Amino acid sequence: MTKEFTRQSGRKPDEIRPISAKVGIIPNADGSAMFQSGKTIAIAAVYGPKEHHPRNQRNPARGTLRCTYNMMSFSVTDRIRPGPNRRSTEISKIIEWALEPIVMLDKYPGLVVDVHIQMTQADAGTRCAGINAAAMALAHAGIPMKDLVSSIAAGKLDKTIVLDLDKYEDSEFEEGEGSTDIPITFTSDGKLTHIQVDGHITTEQLKQAMKMAREASKKIYEVQKQALKDSLGGGK
Amino acid sequence: MKTPNITKQRIEKYLDEGKRFDGRKLDEFRDLVIETGVSKNAEGSARVKLGKTDVIVGVKMDVSKPYSDSQDKGTMMVNTELLPLSSPRFENGPPKFPAIELARVIDRGIRECKFIDFEKLCIKKGEKVWTVFIDIYSINDDGNLLDAAGIGAVAALKDAKIPKYDEENEQVLFGELTDKNLPVKEEFPISITFHKVGENIIVDPTREEEDVSEARVTIGSSKGIISSMQKGDLKALDIEEFNKILDMLEKTWNNIFKKIEKLVK
Repeated sequence: MTKEFTRQSGRKPDEIRPISAKVGIIPNADGSAMFQSGKTIAIAAVYGPKEHHPRNQRNPARGTLRCTYNMMSFSVTDRIRPGPNRRSTEISKIIEWALEPIVMLDKYPGLVVDVHIQMTQADAGTRCAGINAAAMALAHAGIPMKDLVSSIAAGKLDKTIVLDLDKYEDSEFEEGEGSTDIPITFTSDGKLTHIQVDGHITTEQLKQAMKMAREASKKIYEVQKQALKDSLGGGK
Repeated sequence: MKTPNITKQRIEKYLDEGKRFDGRKLDEFRDLVIETGVSKNAEGSARVKLGKTDVIVGVKMDVSKPYSDSQDKGTMMVNTELLPLSSPRFENGPPKFPAIELARVIDRGIRECKFIDFEKLCIKKGEKVWTVFIDIYSINDDGNLLDAAGIGAVAALKDAKIPKYDEENEQVLFGELTDKNLPVKEEFPISITFHKVGENIIVDPTREEEDVSEARVTIGSSKGIISSMQKGDLKALDIEEFNKILDMLEKTWNNIFKKIEKLVK
């Protein structure tokens, strides 16, 4: 009775796009990384820990993590005016919250760690790719961390729970119940540092989506870990 | 963070002996890598690496009203973001002078030599023309972002295809490109910046060398014809030095042109 749901891209519901990662792409930075998921490409650079300006934002008790997320003007089909906007300001903060629990900022009272994230090409899932790149860049910078985080969007297309919506699925899919986007970030031991939901979904469905996202996050974690190992030069 | 004085003295002493820290000659560029089509949603894009200096340039197009003094010509806008991602020296916030100057020098380098055929970018005279946006982002600053960005702009423009335009509804179908190339000349301009360091003139400075440069001249030219120039920074140049720069231009231009020609189809 229920017809098997097919995605426009031909992916299975729990199939994420091909992912790849590279660490050490920006020589000037203390740490840097690239994370690609399908046609979405994020690059991240970490500078710090360093003196925190302006002074009045300093936290004498612990260090501050400061993230800036931005999409390059030509990363999407309709050019974005360069510079910050409301969306990027909010996502920057979301990324801070997603990363903060794993970074041992108590080691750097009064200092700041800057994380800059740029999307060079976008096809949905940019905050997840940004978080994945940023986590690797922080590790590459040698900032003490308790863990890595891995981020992936779960979603729902009509009644089917899926993983990793692409641009078409995120913004153009309108069949039945339409599309629901659920970006989620996990630590490697499965704690949640970030979740958002846009759309409509029942609690049962959300639980199922979480489970699928958790499985995918393990795959992402392995790719991140391997990229970090590769950056150490392997045989060197 | 600024290059210390002792390094300045050492750089100058080396240059007097015709040497540079990385073994290059005074008129020699670093290894050049050009990759086009690096951002698939852009009409054209390029990533240029000059040694460790790294920039991404993207071209987007949109339809707008022409300027009143050129009713049948398309328009162009160059924008530069010196990203804090690319250097500890750059900060978030509105563009500061270096970013503005960079964009304007590149703008003139392309505009003055008529690299883009703006008349072919007219859709309806007096009403609708194409605007070409050239957006430049620094990825890693190890000196000479200016020349890298200039090469990137040319490569991205050569890579660009015009988007589809729905004449009936008068709107651009973003994301759908025609197979028509952006109308650009075969011959392309190259901006080369000459720096005066101590008593010597060099090209393609690293970050350290650029820091200790006291005057610079950027020359946009194509096959011996100069179409734009800008002197920057505080120190004056005497006529001999300026003539020396002009004498260096041809050889340097030919060398870098050959490299670019090989890398950009």
